[in-house]
Amino acid sequence: MIETEPVSAVQDAGTNQVEVIAFCCNFCAYAAADLAGARRMQYPANVRIVHVPCTGKVEVQQILAAFERGIDGILLAGCLEGGCHFVEGNLRAKRRVEAAKQVLDEIGLGRDRLRMVNLSASEAPTFVARIQEMVETVNALGPNPLRLPGDKERAK
Amino acid sequence: MIVASRKPIPELKEVLAKHDKVLFAGCGTCVTVCLSGGEREVGIISSAMRMARRLDGRPIEIEQVTIERQCENEFIQELAGPAERNEAILSFGCGAGVQAIAERFPEKPVYAALDTQFLGILEEQAVWAEKCLGCGSCVLSQFGGVCPVTRCAKRLLNGPCAGSSEEGCEVDPDRPCAWQLIYRRLQAIGQLDNLSEIVPPRDWRTSWHAGARRVVREEHRI
Repeated sequence: MIETEPVSAVQDAGTNQVEVIAFCCNFCAYAAADLAGARRMQYPANVRIVHVPCTGKVEVQQILAAFERGIDGILLAGCLEGGCHFVEGNLRAKRRVEAAKQVLDEIGLGRDRLRMVNLSASEAPTFVARIQEMVETVNALGPNPLRLPGDKERAK
Repeated sequence: MIVASRKPIPELKEVLAKHDKVLFAGCGTCVTVCLSGGEREVGIISSAMRMARRLDGRPIEIEQVTIERQCENEFIQELAGPAERNEAILSFGCGAGVQAIAERFPEKPVYAALDTQFLGILEEQAVWAEKCLGCGSCVLSQFGGVCPVTRCAKRLLNGPCAGSSEEGCEVDPDRPCAWQLIYRRLQAIGQLDNLSEIVPPRDWRTSWHAGARRVVREEHRI
């Protein structure tokens, strides 16, 4: 089984809010997040950014492993369609996200905890807006019912 | 190769409802290539099943093992230990693999994770198409390498039906008419004469209609 970065992100969270992982592509969303930081733009602190070389690198199994270990929501942020550094990595990610959403529906966790967005490296405000929207969605859904007992305090 | 697709999680959950400790056995051959029952798919379904059962308040313990081939006893041997440790086995092999495992472990419940579909080929990335019915009496030499028994929806052996168009099958317009393919292929290899022969009705006794078949090669037996 593929071990994933989100595991440590969840375990280290230590806040009382929902936790969201944002898998950010090196060539767009990660740079946009960097730009948002440089411009002192504020976005929810309960988002853990995972730096990936391309959203096409993220596998269904990694997404499910993170949910299984209690993460409340996952956002994949990739390049604009047609603008992928690896030509079609973001399009592959889009299809994989749909496959993972189907599994989440089948097991009863629900597809809304997973979302993919597209943006360019210069779109810091868009990055911040998408993060805020995702956190709002996950807040409305509530904490992941699969959270381990020791993590329950965090949800209050 | 054999092509299969995974069953929905709710169906698998129902099948495993009686068990709390299950071996998920993948197969490293055909179903790995068709992305339905290899190590990766076993990992995905294991994770999904653990989550589904925890959401139901009844966690399940899953051991994952993927062997080279489920349809041969020599490889199934590797499952002996894991099978012993678990209440039941969910096989990600094709129908042959599931049955081979059930025969190998007669006192262990064995369930199928996949729906075995057909004998086919990879047409393009992640698209598989049926090419052979395994009818036991091959006519491919006569029809230019295109099988009317498998690829004609009506299994016609003496030309197309009146419902087909030049490109599409009457039953499914997205599927090419097998008889158009046969005609073009025989034309290309200069064997259109083959079509002047009247093909008699098939003897289906060579197919599965007379029950499960066996092939025995005496010269190779020990």
